[in-house]
Amino acid sequence: MSGQLAYWLIIALMMVGLYIVIAYANLIKKIIGLSIMQVSVFMLYIGIGYIEGAAIPIIDATTTLYSNPIPHVLILTAIVVGIATVALALAMIIRINEAFGTIEEDELADGTGEQ
Amino acid sequence: MSHLPVLPILILLLTAPLCLIINRASVAWLMTVSASTLALVCAWKILAQVLASGPLTYALDGWEAPFGIEYRIDLLGAWMLLIISLVGSMVALFSRQSVKHEIEPSRQVYFYIAFLLCFGALMGVVASGDMFHIFVMLEISALSSYTLIAMGRNKLALWASFQYLILGTIGATFILIGIGLIYAMTGTLNIADIAERLETVGQSRTVITAFVFLILGTLLKLALFPLHLWLPNAYTYAPSAASAFLAATATKVALYLLIRLTYTVFGTDFLPMSTLLVALGMVAVVAGSLIALSQSNLKRMFAYSSVAQIGYLVLGLGMSSQTGLTSTLIHTFNHALMKGALFMSLGAVVYRLGDVTFKELAGLGQRMPLTMAAIAIACASLLGLPGTAGFISKWYLVSAAIENGWLMLAGAILISSLATAVYVWRVIDAGYFQTAVKVERAEAPFTMLAPILLLAFANIYFGLDTSFMLMVVDGITNNLLGGGQ
Repeated sequence: MSGQLAYWLIIALMMVGLYIVIAYANLIKKIIGLSIMQVSVFMLYIGIGYIEGAAIPIIDATTTLYSNPIPHVLILTAIVVGIATVALALAMIIRINEAFGTIEEDELADGTGEQ
Repeated sequence: MSHLPVLPILILLLTAPLCLIINRASVAWLMTVSASTLALVCAWKILAQVLASGPLTYALDGWEAPFGIEYRIDLLGAWMLLIISLVGSMVALFSRQSVKHEIEPSRQVYFYIAFLLCFGALMGVVASGDMFHIFVMLEISALSSYTLIAMGRNKLALWASFQYLILGTIGATFILIGIGLIYAMTGTLNIADIAERLETVGQSRTVITAFVFLILGTLLKLALFPLHLWLPNAYTYAPSAASAFLAATATKVALYLLIRLTYTVFGTDFLPMSTLLVALGMVAVVAGSLIALSQSNLKRMFAYSSVAQIGYLVLGLGMSSQTGLTSTLIHTFNHALMKGALFMSLGAVVYRLGDVTFKELAGLGQRMPLTMAAIAIACASLLGLPGTAGFISKWYLVSAAIENGWLMLAGAILISSLATAVYVWRVIDAGYFQTAVKVERAEAPFTMLAPILLLAFANIYFGLDTSFMLMVVDGITNNLLGGGQ
């Protein structure tokens, strides 16, 4: 249990993010929730790369145990993807605000006459 | 080492920034058309090489497989590359007039850039043999498709695109979680290695969780019935050229991913996936067709018909028999042909008449005879009339259902076909038997008409001559079913 504590916390964070996306009508808050969810996945990857008692992965003569650098590298790429997503979403929210005059989901749904 | 496997993707992705530098819509269009045509030629050469001498591999930047990213194109990949680039090059040709009409001048260049990025990234998903690379490519294509959809004339396009962004990102995050968990269990990202090592790891709880996340994420991207909510609005409000491209390719790539995951990576008997896929597919087929019945906007109607068609694709996959898989693979190609032709024809109607409700459609047979003929052919193919491509895929699907003794499934397909017949008839009735308010011939310009007629012709050609398609598809099913076990 204690060894998996980090994973439990990551799952809790993920659920918080997903809940915000679903429960809040404000588009900015939705994007915040989405970001929290993505960050929890980044932490999941970093958790995978961690080895207890291991050194940073730079080769030197005295150390024998290194932590795994690949998840870190992967997650750098995923962070870039996440930034692009948030940037695009925020740009879109600006356009939505210009076009509809609101960024509340329920008002948007009313105004559009859909659903 | 031959650079052929990476060439189509490189050409498309590198043309996009070039368009940005030049920043003139007409030049950007010319470059898009040439890049797409080159990509089509490359895809054709790749398919020919794979047919002749087996899968192609390519180590990106010279880093060999377990360390670097590997492109690995087998027959399935080459087949998908051909489908995507065929539709892509047709839409590229079509897009000039459509974009000029529907998108304001200052944004036209960005349409071509987003189109090229989406096109190239979709090709990348199919060509790659590395899970993480697939994720990145999938996200590039998704981000550029949000941009494409948001460019629609109606301001609702923004809202549709935003909803798609939320759902698409949740799907992508699920896929990312799945990839991470698989990496934790196998220590590799290379698909071939994962498949090998998963057998020794067995069904631990982590692997099952990874599987569920991966499949859920993929089904969200695929828009299988209960997860389809983003699709109708997105296809309805996107610019016509974008609708045509996305409807014919984006969901196909998600389907490719589903086939890869279930057949190559996890194996079909990993979890009771087939039961789930058949159940969901059945609901999708019936519900999609029934909802399509009550639509008055044709783009929305055919978007719901896409939901039903995705159901057909998943049904064939879920039956996990040779015949079922054959129907899915053939229908992937045929559905791209018919939806490409349909959405481009609707784009031509929007170009001349401003909108695509049944009101505009009335008397279209007199006003735009060639476009209406293309719509009629594509509709016949959608319904699966003998002599069209759609007939072949439906034939295999129903044979597979009967082969398995699932008569209920055959019944569901029948109900869906009846509903399809009704809404297709509404289109034909409006186009040929109602008279327009003012009758004057105003056919679409040549660059729009040529790709539409070409795809419409392909719908008939591949309904009559199936030898080439069956040869390729047989090879794929043998690979998947033989190699998986």
